[in-house]
This record gives sequence, C-alpha cells and structure tokens, in this order.
Amino acid sequence: MITELGHFALVLAFLVACVQAVVPLIGAHKRWPGWMAVAEPAANAQFLLTAFSFAALTYAFVTSDFSLKLVVENSHSMKPMLYKVSGVWGNHEGSMLLWVLILTLFGATAAWFGGALPPTLKARVLAVQSAISVAFFAFILFTSNPFLRLAVPPFDGKDLNPLLQDPGLAFHPPFLYLGYVGLSMAFSFAVAALIEGRVDAAWARWVRPWTLAAWVFLTIGIGLGSWWAYYELGWGGFWFWDPVENASFMPWLIAAALLHSAIVVEKRESLKSWTILLAIMAFGFSLIGTFIVRSGVITSVHAFANDPERGVFILFILAFFMGGALMLYAARASAMEAKGIFGMVSRESGLVLNNILLAVAAFVVFIGTIWPLVAEIAFARKLSVGAPFFNMAFTPFMVVLGLVLPVGAMLPWKRASLSRTFKKLLPVFVLALAIGGLAWAVQSGRSLLGPVGMFLGSWLVFGSAVDLWTRTGSAGFKRLMRLPRADWGKSVAHAGLGVTMLGISGLMAWEQEDILVAQTGEPFDIAGYTLVLDKVERVQGPNYFSTMGTFSLSKDGKAISTLHPEKRTYPVAKMPTTEAAIDNGFLRDIYVVIGDPQTDGGWAVRSYYKPLANWIWGGSILMAIGGMLSLSDRRYRVAAGARKRTAAIGVPAE
Amino acid sequence: MKRLILALILVAAPVWAVQPDEILDDPALEARAREISKNLRCLVCRNENIDDSNAELARDLRLLVRERLVAGDSNEEAVAYIVDRYGEYVLLNPTARGANWMLWAAGPIMLIAGLGLGLVYLRRRGSAPEQKVEALSDEEKARLAEIMDD
Repeated sequence: MITELGHFALVLAFLVACVQAVVPLIGAHKRWPGWMAVAEPAANAQFLLTAFSFAALTYAFVTSDFSLKLVVENSHSMKPMLYKVSGVWGNHEGSMLLWVLILTLFGATAAWFGGALPPTLKARVLAVQSAISVAFFAFILFTSNPFLRLAVPPFDGKDLNPLLQDPGLAFHPPFLYLGYVGLSMAFSFAVAALIEGRVDAAWARWVRPWTLAAWVFLTIGIGLGSWWAYYELGWGGFWFWDPVENASFMPWLIAAALLHSAIVVEKRESLKSWTILLAIMAFGFSLIGTFIVRSGVITSVHAFANDPERGVFILFILAFFMGGALMLYAARASAMEAKGIFGMVSRESGLVLNNILLAVAAFVVFIGTIWPLVAEIAFARKLSVGAPFFNMAFTPFMVVLGLVLPVGAMLPWKRASLSRTFKKLLPVFVLALAIGGLAWAVQSGRSLLGPVGMFLGSWLVFGSAVDLWTRTGSAGFKRLMRLPRADWGKSVAHAGLGVTMLGISGLMAWEQEDILVAQTGEPFDIAGYTLVLDKVERVQGPNYFSTMGTFSLSKDGKAISTLHPEKRTYPVAKMPTTEAAIDNGFLRDIYVVIGDPQTDGGWAVRSYYKPLANWIWGGSILMAIGGMLSLSDRRYRVAAGARKRTAAIGVPAE
Repeated sequence: MKRLILALILVAAPVWAVQPDEILDDPALEARAREISKNLRCLVCRNENIDDSNAELARDLRLLVRERLVAGDSNEEAVAYIVDRYGEYVLLNPTARGANWMLWAAGPIMLIAGLGLGLVYLRRRGSAPEQKVEALSDEEKARLAEIMDD
C-alpha cells in the first residue's frame, strides 16, 4: 500500500512540476503577481511529494519488501541496515529518484530563501528549475520506474553489489548528486537572467552561493569516491580517469571556473556573458555525466547496468536544455554589456586566466572521455583513451594554474603591478623552491614529478598564508580573526588545493610496492618497515565469508600496529572483494593486501608504502571547508536581513 | 546455511593482479614489464590496465609481455607485438596516428585560442571608455541605508 502511495505521489509531483514550469513563466511575462506566486507553493508541494515517494521506497528497502522488483534485485534480508538504506540509491532507478529529490529540494530552498529576489526573476528561476524536474520525472516514470511489483515475489533478494557495501560509498552518491544537481540552480538562474535580459552584480551575488554549495558538495563527493577507491579496490589507486570519474570531474572544474568568474561579475560588472555561458555549461556537463553513467555507450567501471532506451531519453533531455539555453544565449548575450574597465595586469585578468585554464582543462578531459566514441563512429577505429593520456594532457594545466594562482590571488582589482605583488610573495617563493630542491636532493630516482609537486604545493600553501596575512594590513593577529569569512575561505581553499597537489605528487613519485609470498612468522621489509604475517583465519561476517590475515607492523623493533587485511566472498552476490588493511599516518600509509594461498603453504601478499597519501583527501576536505567558510560569509546574509525588515515595515501598512 | 556453503564453493576463487610467481628475477626487466603493463588495457575488463586487473586474460597478457622482454624485445617491440595481435584497443595511451592528432592537439589548440580571446577581451576592457556610474535613485538610497544599518 505504501509503495502504491509513493508511486502515486511521484505522479502527482510530475503534474505539479508541469504546472510550475508554465504558469509562473507566463505570470512573469504578463506581470501577473498571482500567476507568479504559484511557483512558491508548487515548489514546496513538489519537494514534499517527492520526499514522500522517496520515503516510501526507503521503507520498502528497510522492511525488505520482496514484492518490489527493485528491492529483490538490490537487497537481501541479511544485509546490515546501513546498506539496506544505501541500497535505495545503489541502483539506477533509486538513484534517479534521489536525483529528482535533490532537484526538487534545491527548487524548494530557492523558494524559501529567495525572498530578496525580484519577483519576476524568482518566478522564472523556479519555472526553469521545474522544467528540469518535468524532464526527469518523465524519465523515471516512463523508463525507470522504481515502484514496479513482481507477480510472484521470491523469498529473498539478490543482494547489493558487495563493492558498494561500504560506508564510504554509502554517502558518495548523495554528495555527488547534491553537487551535480546543485548546478541546476546556476543553470536556472542563467536562463532566467537571459529571459529577463538583465545580469548585474546582484544577480552574481545570488547565483554564487548556489554554485559554491554545489561545488563544495562535488568536492566532498569526489573526495569520498576517490578515498573509497583507495582502500577498497585493492591496490591503492585513487584516481583512474575512468569515464564516470571524469563525468564528475568536468562539472567540478567548470563550477570552479564559474565561482571565480561570478566574483568578477559581482565586484566589477564584467565577464557577464561568459559567466552565463559557464553556468549553462556547468549543468550541461552534469547532464553529460548522467548520460555517460546511465546510457552504457562508454564502458566504465562504475556504470549502472543500463539500456540504450534510457540513454536516448537522457540525450533528448540534454539536447533540449542545452540547445534551448544556448539558443537563448546566442539571442540575448550581446545585451549583457560589461561596465568595469581594467588593465592587462589586474585581479580581473588573473581571474580570466584562471577561467581559461580551468575551462580548457575541462575540455581536455571531455574530449579524452568521448574520443573512443568519436573514433569508433567517425573513423571506425576501436581505441582506448586511458590514464596515461590524461596524466600527460591534463597535468600541465594544473601546473600552470598552481604556478600563477598565488600571484593572481593577491593582485589588486583594476590595475596592478606584477613586481609589487610578487615582492610580497618572494620569501615564500624562495622557500617553496628550497623545498622542491630538497625533495630533488633526497629522492633516489631522478624524476621531476616529486620535486615539482613539492614546490607547487608548498608555493600554494604558503602563498595562501601570505595572502591572508597581508589582508590584515599592519594590525596583525588581532585583525586576522576578524577578517571576513570569505577571505578565510579563499585562503583555506587555495591552500587545500596545494595540500592535494603535495599528496598526489608525493604518492605518485615515491610510492613503493612489494609483492611476495609470505610464510607465517617470517618477517619482510617494505620501505624500512617490517611486516610479519602472524596468522590467517576464516571469519564469518553478517553476509559474507572472509579470509583474514593478521600482520604485525613494526619499525626498528618497535611495534606500530596490527593489520587485518581480508579477502571476502559474498555468497549471494557471488562476488569476491579485497579489504586492504591500512596503517594511516600523517606522512605515510602502510597498505597491506592479502591474496591467494600458495602451494608451499605461504600467502601471496602485496604491501605498499604510500607517502603523503592522506594529504590528497586532507586537501579535499580543506577545499570543502574553504567553500563552506566563504558560504557562511555575513555579506551573503545581508540581503536576508534587509528582507525581514521590509516585511516588518510592511505589516502595519496593511 | 547449506545453500550458502555450496554457493561459496561454487564461487571461483578470485585471481589477483600481479602474482608473486609472475615476477621476473631480473629487477630491471621486471620494472620495464610493470611500466609496459600500466599502459595496456585489460580487454575483458572495464577500463582497467593489465597491471591492476584480476582477470585471467590480464594475467596471460602480463606473462606474454614478460616473455617478450626475456626474449630480448625492446619496450616498443613488446608493445607492438601485443598491438599486432589484439589491436589498437589495448593501448591506454592512444597513438597520434591518423585522426588521433585531433585528440592530442585539442588541448594546446584550445589553450592558444582561449588565451588569444582572453587577450583581445582584456585589451578591449583596458581601453574602453569609463562608463558613468548612474547615481542611485532616492528609493535605492533609502534601501541602501536600510541594508547598511543592519
């Protein structure tokens, strides 16, 4: 019964979305306040109905209702509760429902917090947002309905893919979707502004928090996914340049560019049409990502089992929204004239360079991702584009970005002098060079990767510190804590990028690996650490069997920790997984994986020394924190405060 | 429970990326083999190189690469040997042959175009006549005061 109600709520939400996509748009055009006002309650209703529908599906998963096809295919009565819940979005249909839930949530929050928006803009934003909902509700109801029943329910389910039964991956998709879908707000604002024909500083101020929030969520989502890959896939890779990873990375890059160009619109009323274009493209890349994950045209590790009909449907959605928005853009963009003027060397031009680098980098990732498809269709060549290509083609952009970032971030607006700004940074530049040189001297190989990475990373970290410090003027520490949150956010996020660069380059340059047959009780060395295999035993988990090894890790005779790598078999899903054991450290991880028993009684063991591994995710966390700090800046709330006051004044007049 | 145990027995034991018995005695040769393996695709997997893959075929390819190296092939010859048999698809790092030049040139071309456009834009912004900022209307002034008070 609850299932049917959930299904019905979804259909109702679809109908509400249809109304909300049309009525406020007409209202805004004709200046009819009543019609415009429809948007707000409709957005709320849409969200509540979708939330109910999602809750109904979750209920079916939690109670293991095996009359539902989706539950049978992705759940099992013996699965731990956490994974029964995360199983809701561990599949195509359920994850689409989560997708629209978040879409309607963003629509609803725009209705709640959008009080300061001019009524016509607000009505148009909500209408465009709802048009996106219409497309995706239709997609779910017509091609991927999660509420289908089975005539003959089985006794138990087929279990969720065991790789997905992991806390890291349980929360990876919701964050990723919050990011993907959050960019729909930037898109809606861009299209609404194009219809309105007006882009000004106020518009940029409204659109920036949404983009910032989406970017923060994407950062967390990508970070979680990469961390999961690191400890779950069994050899400690953290990024594979897989099409699905690229699908989340491209919107991230474009969103980062959009954040920065929106600053120029906000502060200097320039780069308007470019910012609008970026906002459209950011969501476009989100849709392309959805297409890549769900159509199956590009093979990937992560793709959902899928069928072409769905791919075609998403392609239509993509074509409609991108085609429509870009046509509108072509017709209206010339009306967005820039106001501020600035010199060749200025904060503005620094941000233009930032945008060029990020946008072209995203484009390189894009072309590499779709090239196998293009080559097959256009040139009848079946080829692969993998990690080696991306490492070579993408990295230079990040190197240049890292090189210019600290200087660009400190240039004053309008007109600046490079030498004056660089003079402030000279000490940390020398320091960073020294760190790079030290890395070069200490390492055994003669690879440039490590030293260059150390230089760039520390240049970014120290450069951000100098940036923050110079903001205090001569007041020093006293002023430091009272600086606007946005200043803190900027420095923390930039330093986070530096920390991530340190982690990636350190790990890639100085990782050590050892593969051997370990006999019980016989110690072996990895990068100065000693490991001993104490025992191997069979263990039974809630829904799996495990072969668990016990290793003691020590250095120079001093015990550090005991590690338990596992090899699990999930009998229902008929899938084995490896669970690496990791001794986390500030400067290094020791990573142990156990393999098959050997004929001579030993066990195959892979052990790794992974320097600076945790810095990769530490940096991502810093970037996310930086974004959140900036988001909490008081200046974004000023408009909200002003709104309350007008409302208060308005009451007695009535 | 019996069903579970039966199922467990039926599950094939997972094979594993680079097994200890595959490793060559000569460390220099082994290092070259690893380098080559990282650039070859496991054909039956989804976007994994043969060095990381658990598949049976990946193991065969790893052994084949090592065989060729032991036989005295250079890295290029060993890769060419594999490509001859399995096609261009095994190369994770695509060649620049034929239409692929577009793939490789796309980044640099876009960068140059982007920098060019950016430069033109900056030039124009630098020399644009300063626009008069319109004075605020009374209504706007009142609202500004209200907001600043806050």
